[in-house]
Amino acid sequence: MFDDLRDLYQEVILDHGRKPRNFRRLEDADRHARGDNPMCGDRMELWVKMGPEGRIADAGFQGRGCAISMASASLMTETVRGKTAAEAHELGEKFRSLAMTGTCPDCGAELADDMERLQVLGGVSEYPSRVKCATLAWHTLNNALDDKQEAASSE
Amino acid sequence: MRRDFPILSQTVRGKTLVFLDSGASAQKPRAVIDTMVRTMETAYANVHRGAYNMSERATADYEAARAAVARFLNATDEREIVFTSSSTAAINLVAHSYGRGVMKPGDAVLISEMEHHANLIPWQMLRDAHGVEMRVCRITDTGELDLADAEAKLADGKVKLFAVTHMSNVLGTVTPAAQLARLAHAHGAKLLLDGSQAAVHRRVDVQAIGCDFYVFTGHKLYGPTGIGVLWARMELLEEMPPFLGGGDMIAEVSLDRFIAAVVPNKFEAGTPPIIEAIGLHAAIDYVEAIGMKAIEAHERALVDHAMAKLTPIEGLTLLGRAQDRGGVFAFALDNAHAHDLATLLDRTGIAVRSGRHCAEPLHARFNVESTCRASFGLYTTMEEVDYLAEALVKAREFFA
Repeated sequence: MFDDLRDLYQEVILDHGRKPRNFRRLEDADRHARGDNPMCGDRMELWVKMGPEGRIADAGFQGRGCAISMASASLMTETVRGKTAAEAHELGEKFRSLAMTGTCPDCGAELADDMERLQVLGGVSEYPSRVKCATLAWHTLNNALDDKQEAASSE
Repeated sequence: MRRDFPILSQTVRGKTLVFLDSGASAQKPRAVIDTMVRTMETAYANVHRGAYNMSERATADYEAARAAVARFLNATDEREIVFTSSSTAAINLVAHSYGRGVMKPGDAVLISEMEHHANLIPWQMLRDAHGVEMRVCRITDTGELDLADAEAKLADGKVKLFAVTHMSNVLGTVTPAAQLARLAHAHGAKLLLDGSQAAVHRRVDVQAIGCDFYVFTGHKLYGPTGIGVLWARMELLEEMPPFLGGGDMIAEVSLDRFIAAVVPNKFEAGTPPIIEAIGLHAAIDYVEAIGMKAIEAHERALVDHAMAKLTPIEGLTLLGRAQDRGGVFAFALDNAHAHDLATLLDRTGIAVRSGRHCAEPLHARFNVESTCRASFGLYTTMEEVDYLAEALVKAREFFA
């Protein structure tokens, strides 16, 4: 009945949705933000620990939401480790483009590995009402890195 | 009868459309579509203004719609029908005009925990602007009004208006309207019923119910968007000050002052939704030709069938188990978020709503983040309910 949905709900997404990685509060975090999509009820809290040379040493999150939003946050916390804030912002921009169009024509070679990893979420571009589920985590990361107090939203 | 609705033969992603979101907005029969097109093609001009034939014809059609709505609600006087743009606009009209114009600071309004936001926010705004207290009647775990709590909150006589749904848009609960009217009146309160859902599924007789205000909307009754109805007792409408100011609502006007027109024009400032009112008339003619009794019987059969099919599904929680209910089912699967579930169902052609259905406090009351909602129309079939049940079982396997 749902065979053709495997393009959206790939096994990686179902796995990360069921068992999100880095699903924990970082007690020693120095960046923190909330993300909230009140219309659909997806909400999360994100913690970031910055390391030497201004690179992200660790990222963790907690929250409730659909499989897409949880999987996206889970994959994000894995992908941004070792990145500077500027690099994480840029990756977020590219990811939003991927979520909206399914492709990332401007993605350079230096991001190729990361984007390949995030490509599993490209299927949401076929479902306009679900794009915001995939991008909430990245909006939240921007607010954390920019030290913004207000909750991020992608609605 | 399904053939009367052109959209039902559409396909979605290659699957036949199974439209189970009529509670959000119903589909339109050919009769409504044709009437609106014919109006624009043959009998359209502004109403109440032109001393020329076309305006007179449009005015006659617009006023005929008012008369049709009055018959539909069994109102004694067609002037008691005020056209608005929606149920939301009708409730806001009452909150502004009756709330600020007739109620006094220190008075109270009573609503319930299962209101649509349209029957919650206007009262919060009235409370904040005018010092009217807002009280909330609890609901039971089965999703019915806690009548003892209602009585307790009416007891001190401060409540001047009890504004409550006639049928919950989430739980499907039909409230005991006539009993609520007696209860409200015994404590000196007026009763407003939000009939946005109920008027679609049941015969509504405002005289038999004994309520004071009744609101409903056209687009859920197989009519167009942009048209809503406020019915209120004549003496209340006469007592209430105008809400919006503008053309058509005045008897006399100078640069310094105005004298309001008589009811109902007093409440219909500006060019009204003319084509939409005429479309609503066609929708009322359509449902009355089928018969509200037949519609209600069909829906009872669907509800019984849905309860029998959905209740045994493992991991599925249904919100609300009221004795008297209409064809609205909110549910959650234990292993799938409402939005994931809605996306899966969409792939089978099934359209359901997901989220909180403009009733966030109600979801908090039942401690659920969000739900999917299937809501039936007169065109919904038993086979569609079977198909939904089958899809829910498969969806749970998909997310296992």
